[in-house]
Amino acid sequence: MAMLNEYSGRNLPDYEFEAVKKVHFSPYADNGGSVIALAGDDFCIIAGDTRLSSGFSIYTREQQKLFPLSNTTVLGCSGCWCDTLTLTRILSARMQMYKHEHHKEMSTPAAAQMLSTMLYYKRFFPYYVSNMLAGLDENGKGCVYSYDPIGHCERSNYRAGGSAGALLQPLLDNQVGYKNQEGVDPTPLSQERALSIIKDVFISAAERDIYTGDGISIKIITKDGVKNESFSLRKD
Amino acid sequence: MSSVLVPEIPAPGFSFDLCQRNNFLSKKGFQVPKAIKTGTTIAGIVYKDGVILGADTRATEDTIVADKNCRKIHYLAQNMYVCGAGTAADTDMTSQMIASQLELHRLNTGRIVPVCTANAMLKQLLFRHQGHIGAALVLGGVDLDGPHLHCIFPHGSSDTQQYTTMGSGSLAAMAVFESRWKPGLSEEEGKELVADAIRAGVFNDLASGSNVDLCIIRKGSVEYIRPYDVANVKGVKQSSYRYKRGTTAVLAQTIRPIIIEKETICKVDTESMDTSS
Amino acid sequence: MAFMTKGDWYNSQAFWQNGPAPGAIYNFPGNTAQSESNGFQRSQAPITTGTSVLGLHYKDGVVIAADVLGSYGSLAKYRNCERLMKVNDNIILGAGGDFADFQYIKNIIEQKILEEECLDDGFSLKPKSLHCWLTRVMYNRRSKFDPFWNNFIIAGMDDDKPFMGTVDKLGTAYADPVITTGYGAYMATPLLRKAYEDNKEMTKEEALQHIHKSMQVLFYRDARSFPKYHVGIINKDGIEIKGPLTLESNWEVANM
Repeated sequence: MAMLNEYSGRNLPDYEFEAVKKVHFSPYADNGGSVIALAGDDFCIIAGDTRLSSGFSIYTREQQKLFPLSNTTVLGCSGCWCDTLTLTRILSARMQMYKHEHHKEMSTPAAAQMLSTMLYYKRFFPYYVSNMLAGLDENGKGCVYSYDPIGHCERSNYRAGGSAGALLQPLLDNQVGYKNQEGVDPTPLSQERALSIIKDVFISAAERDIYTGDGISIKIITKDGVKNESFSLRKD
Repeated sequence: MSSVLVPEIPAPGFSFDLCQRNNFLSKKGFQVPKAIKTGTTIAGIVYKDGVILGADTRATEDTIVADKNCRKIHYLAQNMYVCGAGTAADTDMTSQMIASQLELHRLNTGRIVPVCTANAMLKQLLFRHQGHIGAALVLGGVDLDGPHLHCIFPHGSSDTQQYTTMGSGSLAAMAVFESRWKPGLSEEEGKELVADAIRAGVFNDLASGSNVDLCIIRKGSVEYIRPYDVANVKGVKQSSYRYKRGTTAVLAQTIRPIIIEKETICKVDTESMDTSS
Repeated sequence: MAFMTKGDWYNSQAFWQNGPAPGAIYNFPGNTAQSESNGFQRSQAPITTGTSVLGLHYKDGVVIAADVLGSYGSLAKYRNCERLMKVNDNIILGAGGDFADFQYIKNIIEQKILEEECLDDGFSLKPKSLHCWLTRVMYNRRSKFDPFWNNFIIAGMDDDKPFMGTVDKLGTAYADPVITTGYGAYMATPLLRKAYEDNKEMTKEEALQHIHKSMQVLFYRDARSFPKYHVGIINKDGIEIKGPLTLESNWEVANM
């Protein structure tokens, strides 16, 4: 009883109560999705899952998140879908303008630089998209460019991004980058190995990330063009 | 007051010692750790001879799956089970606490405990804690009056229904019930209906997933089927990820031999465990 | 600043345009730091609203449905609001969310169709084009922090193939054989997706049956719904908007 009297009324409530909140409009949504890109000596593979979701609902199970920009460049996007739509439309228009002006297709490094500029242009109202640009560079070598939403750009050979990016990147570091391994000879990544790593990595992501699942679409970029492949994942 | 011989018995119930400190810290901007939520689909129906409860088996921590085969249908008494949605720890502990109270009640009265008793105890417990115990429950059981189904909300209100659903997938599951439930279903029809309701949650609600568990409570018997349906199978790995011996870096190495100081052999009689006390 | 013109070869152009003048503060879009003193607030909530719109593909067309209630908060205020719109001979537009915004956009679309018909070139708007156009309209308004508070479903025939797409208030757009908005996303999607996966080649009658059942379930559980709805059917023969159809219901379980 002493306990009761000591605390009665004065110090209550111990917890914050949720008060009525004003409805606020947010121009962004998180529509999930993951994208992975691996580069080899003469090829580049980019893969993205096909689930488009918001909150706890699945919008569609068959949404292509890879956008071919040219014969040797593919862009993978995840994040806010309305920004992705806008960004990729402007991007493909600018690719076309370049083609007409210069009578040749834009190279992957040039497209990478252009994307970075376009993202930074919206520095103070950013496209909330995590981008991944995959393709072949001027020498025909595979290259992957990864971005943050406001235009920081970095070239690498393997990269995972999107909702399961943090889950997948350490695995790629280990399996593709041979990080934290002692005495391994870093054999160059073969196309078959890259493809099976991508599939396995997405199987694992679908197990633990609720925004990744349903299926993946894969684009294999070689000097002969872009080849499509798909693979199904769990649907829950 | 307390000593080694007579240890102080802590007061029963929760410890609220750090509430004000935690509240102060969170006001200062400290990130309070999050509990695992079982963003869930749970459901229950009354059928011809009893009650069928169903649940999915995914537990989530924000957007990450914490448990892929989580048990969400909890034992309360021989004739009663409860499905829990909300904070995982709260649903587990609440059903354990009430289960022990119900067993004491059964031993005291020597009768089958009515389902409404469990309902009253659960809602009183939840109401006393003003929603801070985040447990949304579907309680089902069969007693002398026949089958009963209740759903209990975290703030302590409860409903008595013929079919009910709870959790983040409750709308998906309810859509199935609203379109197909009718009075006097047979056991087979009932099982398929509940399983379909759970599957609707599993495939359409991102916070629900993995398998379907069912629990059928009839008069005098219970059948707990786990899993009833493995709705999702993990994909098959394409290649091997085994490491060569010696891949892990050895930073330092010390060898300490085991020195045998003495050797004694004791013979142990085979004797049954003492269970008299 | 006349000497700093473009034609001045000895002085460089401004390094970065659209930014703050030296010593001034940049006014960030959407930031409330300035709006408290001299900014203004735009409508940030829907007023008269419609609830779910459902759409489903069948063998040779699309079926879409929406009930006739215009809710004013929790008040069932207007009970004869048609939320399906015939755009032209092969597009139907269904709208959920703010009814005023829908009527405004409806007006613009009608004008757009009229101008197109005046050209009399034998071409007519295709559903994919309308879908894309609406995506841009919605995205531009969200970027001004003044969104149209709607969820649209565009259904139609695109080169003899059924097409159905949706746009929300942010400009999020996608196409799928099963699309539902509002509460329907939670309650009707599971039913319709299951029906579509079981039989992707369903007949018009079966599709109408599934839509009817889903509207009934929504009437049972969505407090902003109404037992009267319009259904639009679209296939290569054209468009038919039927209704208002009445939903039967059975509340006996409430007394059990």
